[in-house]
Amino acid sequence: MSENIKVSVRDVAMTFRRDGKELSVLENVNLDVRAGEFVCLLGPSGCGKSTLLNIIAGFLRPSMGSVQIDGQPVSKPDPRRIFVFQERGVFPWLTVTGNIGFGLQNLERSERDARVSHYIEMVGLRGFENSYPHELSGGMKQRVEVARAMAMNPDVLFLDEPFGALDSITRLVMRRELLRLWEAEKKTILFVTHDIEESVQLADRVVVMSTRPATLRSIVEIDVPHPRDFSAPRYLELRDAILAEIGLAHQI
Amino acid sequence: MPTRSEKIERTVLPLLVGSIGLTCWWAAVKLSRTNVFPSPLQVARGFVELGRRGVLLRYFRDSMIRVGVGYGVAAGAAVPLGILMGSLDRVGRALSPLFQVLRPISPLAWIPVAIVMFGVGNASPIFLIFLASLFPIVLATMGGVRDVPRIYLQAGRNMGLNQEQILRRVVLPAALPQIISGLRIALGVAWIVLVAAEMIAVDSGLGYLIIDARNAGKRYDLVVAGMLLIGVVGLGLDWLLRLAENIRSVRWGFRS
Repeated sequence: MSENIKVSVRDVAMTFRRDGKELSVLENVNLDVRAGEFVCLLGPSGCGKSTLLNIIAGFLRPSMGSVQIDGQPVSKPDPRRIFVFQERGVFPWLTVTGNIGFGLQNLERSERDARVSHYIEMVGLRGFENSYPHELSGGMKQRVEVARAMAMNPDVLFLDEPFGALDSITRLVMRRELLRLWEAEKKTILFVTHDIEESVQLADRVVVMSTRPATLRSIVEIDVPHPRDFSAPRYLELRDAILAEIGLAHQI
Repeated sequence: MPTRSEKIERTVLPLLVGSIGLTCWWAAVKLSRTNVFPSPLQVARGFVELGRRGVLLRYFRDSMIRVGVGYGVAAGAAVPLGILMGSLDRVGRALSPLFQVLRPISPLAWIPVAIVMFGVGNASPIFLIFLASLFPIVLATMGGVRDVPRIYLQAGRNMGLNQEQILRRVVLPAALPQIISGLRIALGVAWIVLVAAEMIAVDSGLGYLIIDARNAGKRYDLVVAGMLLIGVVGLGLDWLLRLAENIRSVRWGFRS
C-alpha cells in the first residue's frame, strides 16, 4: 500500500485566532490516501472538515504538521489538483463553454474545443453550451463546476459538500454521475460531506471526524462493490456502524 | 417576460398621463391669462424657431462634446483607480477617506473654483463634469472589486492564473455590473451638472440656451423648449448605458 500513496497528511493541527481567543479547529490529523482512491471526510457541520480539505488543497497553511502530495510538500493551490466548490464557484459572466474552458488558456484552440466538448457531453449539458449560469438549475451549475474541474485533467479532485444545495433527487443523480466519472478517469477524490448515506454510497473509505477540535475518530472501509445496493445487509451494517461511531442511535 | 396587456399598458398609460398633463398646462395658461408663461403650442413654435436659426444642433453638439470629454476622461481615470483601491488594501485605506469627504460636495459648489482655475470657456464645464463623474465611478468600481466573492479568486488561483490574469479574467468581469451601475449614475449627474455649468461659464450649449432665452427678452417659450430638450437628451443618454446592462455577460448582475 505504501508505494502508491498520493496524499499524505502528517500531524496537522489548525488554530484560528478570533476576537483575541485561540480556537482550535483541527488536532493531530494523520491520513494517507492512495492514488485513485475515493475518500469521504464525514463529520457534523462546522467540525473542521472543510478546513482540513482547504489545507490539503493548499488554500490554508496548517498551524502545525504538513501535507505532502506525490512526496512534495503542499504550499499553494496547483492546477493538477482542483477544488470543486458548491455551484457558487461557477463564473456567472461566462457561458457553460466559457466556464469549462476557463483553465485551458494554454492549450491550442482545437484541443481546448475538443476537451470542452468532451466534458460537456460527459456531464450531459449538450444543448446548453451557450447558456449562462443564471439560466441553469442548481444541478446543472454543479455539473458545470465538475466539468470545469475535470477538463483541467487533474490527478486529485477536492469536493466540499458539492451537492449540499441540491434537492434530494438531483443529489442522487449527481452522485451516480460522479462515480461514473471517477471510474472512467481514475482520479483520486477527497470528498467532504456531513451526510452519512452519501459517504457510504460513494467512498472506498469513510474518515469519521469528531466535533471541534476535529480529530479522526475512525476510518471505515466500505467493502461493497459498485453499483451499491442501498438495501444490501453489508451496506446497512456499515452505515449503522458509522451512525453508532458518531453516537447516534438507529431511531429518531 | 411582460404579457401583451402589460406591454400595451406601458405605452398607453404614459401617453394618457402625458396628454392630461398637456391639457392641464394649456388650461392653466388660458385660465390665468398669463403673458409670461407659454402654452404648449407656443413652446412647439419655439422649437421650430430654434431649429430654423440653426442653434439647436450647434448647442446640442457643444453640450455633447463637453460631456463626452469630461465624462470620458473621468471614466478612463476612475475605473483603473477604483480597481487599484479595491484590490490593494493599502491604496484603498489611503485614498478612500479623501473620496468619502469629496463625494458629498455638490459639483456645483466647485463652480467658483473652476472659474478661478480655468476661467470662462470650455475648460470650466468640462472640469466640473469630470469631477461630478469621477467620484461615483471610483466608489462603485472599488466596491465592485471588493465584493468579488473569494470563491472566484480561489478558483482562479487553483487553475493556475497569475495576479495579472486573475485581475483581467476574474476580478474585472466579476465587478463589471457594479462598474456599469457607477458609470450610469455618473452620467446622470454629469448631465445635471453640465446644464448648470453652461449657465455660468460659456456662451453655447443647452444650459446656455435657457439662461440666454430668459436674459435676452424673457423668451419663456424657448426656456421651456430648452428644458424639454435637456430632459429628452438625458433620457437618451441613460438609455444608451442601460443597453450595456443587457449585454449577456453582465446581465447576471442586474435584477430583471
